[in-house]
Amino acid sequence: MSELRVLKRVKKIDRAAWFGQTTLQKVINGVLILLLLACLVPVFKWAVIDAQIRGSERCVTEGACWVFIKVRLLTFAFGFYETHELWRPVFVLSMWTLALVTIFRASYNFTLKILPFFITLLPLLSWGLLDGRWFGLPYIETAKWGGLLLSLMITLVSLSMAFPLGLLLALGRMSRLPLIKAGSVAFIELWRGVPLIAVLFMSSVMLPLVLPPGTEVDKLIRVFVGVSLFTSAYLAEVIRSGLNGVPKGQGEAASALGLGARQRLFLVVLPQALQAVIPSLVNSCISLFKDTSLVVVVGMFDLLGTVQQANTDPYWLGYSTEGYMFAGLIYWGVCFALSRFSLQLEKVRNV
Amino acid sequence: MKKTNSMVKGLIVQGLFFIVILLTVGFAVHNVSIQLAARGISSGFDFLKNQAGFGISFHLIPYAETSSLGRVFLVGAVNTLFISVISIVLASIIGLLIALARLSSLPVLKAIGFAYVETLRNVPLLLQFFVWYFAVLRQLPMPLESWHFGKYVFLNIRGLYIPFPQDLSAVWIVIAALLVGLIVGHFLRSKARTIRMENGHFPRWHLVPFVVPLLVPFVALVYLRSRVQFETPFLEGFNYSGGAQVIPELIAAIAALSLYTAAFIAEIIRGAIQAVSGHQREAALALGMRPRQVLARIVFPQALGHIIPPLTSQYLNLIKNSSLAAAIAFPELVLLFAGTSLNVSGQAVEIMAMTLGFYLVVSLSVSALINLYQARALRYERA
Repeated sequence: MSELRVLKRVKKIDRAAWFGQTTLQKVINGVLILLLLACLVPVFKWAVIDAQIRGSERCVTEGACWVFIKVRLLTFAFGFYETHELWRPVFVLSMWTLALVTIFRASYNFTLKILPFFITLLPLLSWGLLDGRWFGLPYIETAKWGGLLLSLMITLVSLSMAFPLGLLLALGRMSRLPLIKAGSVAFIELWRGVPLIAVLFMSSVMLPLVLPPGTEVDKLIRVFVGVSLFTSAYLAEVIRSGLNGVPKGQGEAASALGLGARQRLFLVVLPQALQAVIPSLVNSCISLFKDTSLVVVVGMFDLLGTVQQANTDPYWLGYSTEGYMFAGLIYWGVCFALSRFSLQLEKVRNV
Repeated sequence: MKKTNSMVKGLIVQGLFFIVILLTVGFAVHNVSIQLAARGISSGFDFLKNQAGFGISFHLIPYAETSSLGRVFLVGAVNTLFISVISIVLASIIGLLIALARLSSLPVLKAIGFAYVETLRNVPLLLQFFVWYFAVLRQLPMPLESWHFGKYVFLNIRGLYIPFPQDLSAVWIVIAALLVGLIVGHFLRSKARTIRMENGHFPRWHLVPFVVPLLVPFVALVYLRSRVQFETPFLEGFNYSGGAQVIPELIAAIAALSLYTAAFIAEIIRGAIQAVSGHQREAALALGMRPRQVLARIVFPQALGHIIPPLTSQYLNLIKNSSLAAAIAFPELVLLFAGTSLNVSGQAVEIMAMTLGFYLVVSLSVSALINLYQARALRYERA
């Protein structure tokens, strides 16, 4: 019998168990349902029935005022990016989407070949397009990038920088050379032991200090550096657990077949290791995406930052609940979709 | 020949690595010293003796504007540890309850548990801080229309007002008595167990170990009864005074931290309990154990081995995440030291090193403690 059919049968038994519950359990269940409804109905009434979405002025209803979200939607999506230049962020984001789809759809060998291009070219290209100066487009400074665009850019660019570094650190931690091993361990444990906020504070204060006097570093670049270093330590641990899981015989067999050290790593060990930790990698992406909201603390306006700023607009005072609900829904949607995606990958692997 | 070759190669690689690190660090140190000299800041930790000159809205140890910056560091560290410890306790309790809800046979409870975990886990913690602070606690009434909980507890937009002991030293003595009682009780209990192992039955005084932890603090309380007195909050003008005020920042921080972490803890506990093989449960039931006994004596001890390592990392995450309270202006270490003190003194290197050092020391010592505990707890696990 296939696994699916077993699962279905188990579900059926479960359902039978529920209908065959004792009276007490049924009563408790009923009371709980009533309690739940008593909580959810007012929320539903507020958010949907009494809500207002028409118009562009302050609302007069008792319920939620989604007008507030509607008039600010563009800011929440792109920050204060020039409205007539919006094709640039849209283009950049579609480029990334295409790249991610390719990475997950293509065969390992193809991915291995294109990945280096993706993680070097895409960040540079995105930066060039959004900033504009390299391509002769109107210049738009990073302070104007914001909203969901900024959250996604920080996630994607930092991930591109953190992944190779994390891979190197994982290999370094497993190296038999004592100095390299110690260096990697120290680096990983240092970053994993401190909070991201402190890292962001540090990168915004210390980075200009450690560079030669007179070097100007864009605020966003400082954030990229801080977040990448922080993330690389976590990715390194994930990749290391994957490398640990590859049976020793695999590497030995590759050696016996006459493969060199590099071939052994990239063609035999690494594919298996990465395949095994894809779900954990996706989970790291989820945490990273959630953590990007911390850039609010160093004065950047990502999705949460723009919402927070909109909440303090004197004309729209009193609608912070709607704002937070909207931001929460977007974050939740992205994270929940990603976590389902990682579960799916896990299932495919287990079959 | 081959072996020496690879050894030489290894040495060269490590030598290069070392030189690169040395050059990078040297370059950074050189630049920092130039830049600090240009700003007229001398390095060293003398600045810790300087007067802070700013107020702190919440401190557990004595502090005044005239206190030193070193004092500020201590206040921040104590505040960070304070909200972390409270949140860890609350998160563990809520997490366990949610895990049990998700494992329950009642579909509604299951659904509630699922919704809780999936909602809180997938929304950034900072957003949850903001929701608690700016959306929930701002809805509270003004002081004159405070909510009353009993006669002595009041909640309004300025915070929670609770009775507070006038003489703290007496309270500490009672707490110390409780600790002494617990230690003595634990010792007696293990003694009783050894006697039972030898004679086959508990000694006659087998209930004493449970009485001692209650009796000792009770005696202390009776002895110190004149000194243990609570000051209660009362309405004075437009606000409450007397007792203790729990500021809204603290409430929001603890609520956000504990509820968020509880979602992760619930998943850990649920996963660990489900990972215990069903045969174990069946075997225990076949031996005639009651369902509660099965959970307490068979399933839970085995699940513990799967719970502790990820639970530790959740606790560590919580301690690190407590720094997010800086965003709602709760005076914890990052805000007070890496924020305000850095602006006041300009000693970026020393301050960042001390702040990061604090978190590193806490992380390392917590994981060391838990490893110690785990080594004890895993004695019973089959290899």
